[in-house]
Amino acid sequence: MSLREKGAITGVGETAYSRESGRSVLSLQLEASLKAIEDAGLKPADIDGVIPYSGVVAEDFITNLGLPDLRFSAVTPLGGASCVAAVQCAVAAIAAGICNHVLIPVGRNGASGGRIGMRVQQMPQFRLVGEFEMPLGAIAPAQLYAPMARRHMELYGTTSRQLGEIAVSTRANAMLNGNAVMTKPMSIEDHQASRMISDPFRLFDCSLESDGSCAIVVSGAERARDLRKPPVMVMGIAEGHPDSPSVITQRPDMTRLGIAKAAPRAFEMAGVKHDDIDVAEIYDCFTYIVMCQLEDLGFCKKGEGGPFVESGAIRLGGKLPVNTHGGLLSQAHMVGMNHIAELVRQLRGEAGKAQVRDAEIGLVTGYGDMGDGSVAIMRRG
Amino acid sequence: MSATGTYNKLVPEPTPHSAPYWEGLNRRKLLLQKCCGCGRIRHYPQPMCPSCHSTEVEWVEASGRGVIHSWTITHHAFHPGVRDDLPYTLATVDLDEGVRMLAQLRAVPAEKLRIGLPVRVDYETVKDGLTLPYLVPGEPA
Ligand SMILES: [Zn+2]
Repeated sequence: MSLREKGAITGVGETAYSRESGRSVLSLQLEASLKAIEDAGLKPADIDGVIPYSGVVAEDFITNLGLPDLRFSAVTPLGGASCVAAVQCAVAAIAAGICNHVLIPVGRNGASGGRIGMRVQQMPQFRLVGEFEMPLGAIAPAQLYAPMARRHMELYGTTSRQLGEIAVSTRANAMLNGNAVMTKPMSIEDHQASRMISDPFRLFDCSLESDGSCAIVVSGAERARDLRKPPVMVMGIAEGHPDSPSVITQRPDMTRLGIAKAAPRAFEMAGVKHDDIDVAEIYDCFTYIVMCQLEDLGFCKKGEGGPFVESGAIRLGGKLPVNTHGGLLSQAHMVGMNHIAELVRQLRGEAGKAQVRDAEIGLVTGYGDMGDGSVAIMRRG
Repeated sequence: MSATGTYNKLVPEPTPHSAPYWEGLNRRKLLLQKCCGCGRIRHYPQPMCPSCHSTEVEWVEASGRGVIHSWTITHHAFHPGVRDDLPYTLATVDLDEGVRMLAQLRAVPAEKLRIGLPVRVDYETVKDGLTLPYLVPGEPA
């Protein structure tokens, strides 16, 4: 059995995104959850599965949403790859007959709550980095990920301006989105003038720290057809973990992420080719991570990510429009759940000014925790 | 080390698996785990050999020599304790023993950094009971 066409995204909900909400993570998630359930045309009582992200537990949703019979809960602790991995988990649970409608909320007050950069040392998946690298001054993801980008630059001639193209095109997309934190235009020169954080990452190569929440509802394929909106069918989905998953320093090939293992599985399950993908929402905690995933997914060869993005391929109107909502770089850091929400809007034809014409098949990825990857290919149902 | 003598950087919390590594640094030695089952050297310290699943190790002293695999130059203080160090270079190094390490690299200007640049490990006692490795330019093999 494969998970092909066994599940669909039937509802999406987002709060307003900001730098400071002054609200608890749970309160934000409950708001987005209600919106997602409403978007699906369901009632809260229909939800019988929950996959919470972090800081909250399934019981919080039973208590606050008044769920009478929750039959399934799980966690998918893959950092930024968690959301797409949670969709895989939800579809698997549905296909196994455990439950029918799974709520997957994420939310954070990364800007007004704990700083994202300072939080990492407390997380168990970073035990090795915490013991052997943080005491030496390698503390934040920007510093831990930068050597991957530097090696790519040295091996393949990738430039900071090519990374900048990703920041610039993502910002242009954010300006078309009514719910983006960053609303000022950005040029390549602005990117090049932004201060160096950890070379080669400049400020504008780094994602935002945001407040807000985004939630989705995953339903069984059959039931999805009877709900309020056209279902967005999950055609292929997979997660992958890189070699030396917890420590980039020890990874045999530092320029290859976990998604390189997942992508062939997802494409095979979906039965589509790269040319069939009309729009892609690629996890973008840093510009380089987008470029590396484009290569690892097979949209271009390893080392050709720089020229690929420089060609304009990822802009709206390009060969493969990427992060049409503004991503983590310019819309908000919602752990990539906002990427799933945007793909759903694109495939429903609800993406407004950023709508990719006739988008029928799209792809969304997650990346996190030093290199874990997840990828889903979906179609308009 | 800060002038006041109070060390305000992040400190490691050694485990039973890693204690010999940290004790080795205090003696200015870079110690690596060598599997008693198959001879594989591994780093960072872990309880089990991924090749043969033996949990028996001996600790061997590394040469302290290697070449740069990649690097980053940090300009932002992600922790208050590193503010006075900015900017600093963090180098990922291929050690001669076949594993990598990461440490601050000193005395190499940015324009001289390249993959394959020879480096060697030196040691600095930063506080009571804590010695950290750092890297300096090394001799070509
Ligand atoms: Zn062994």
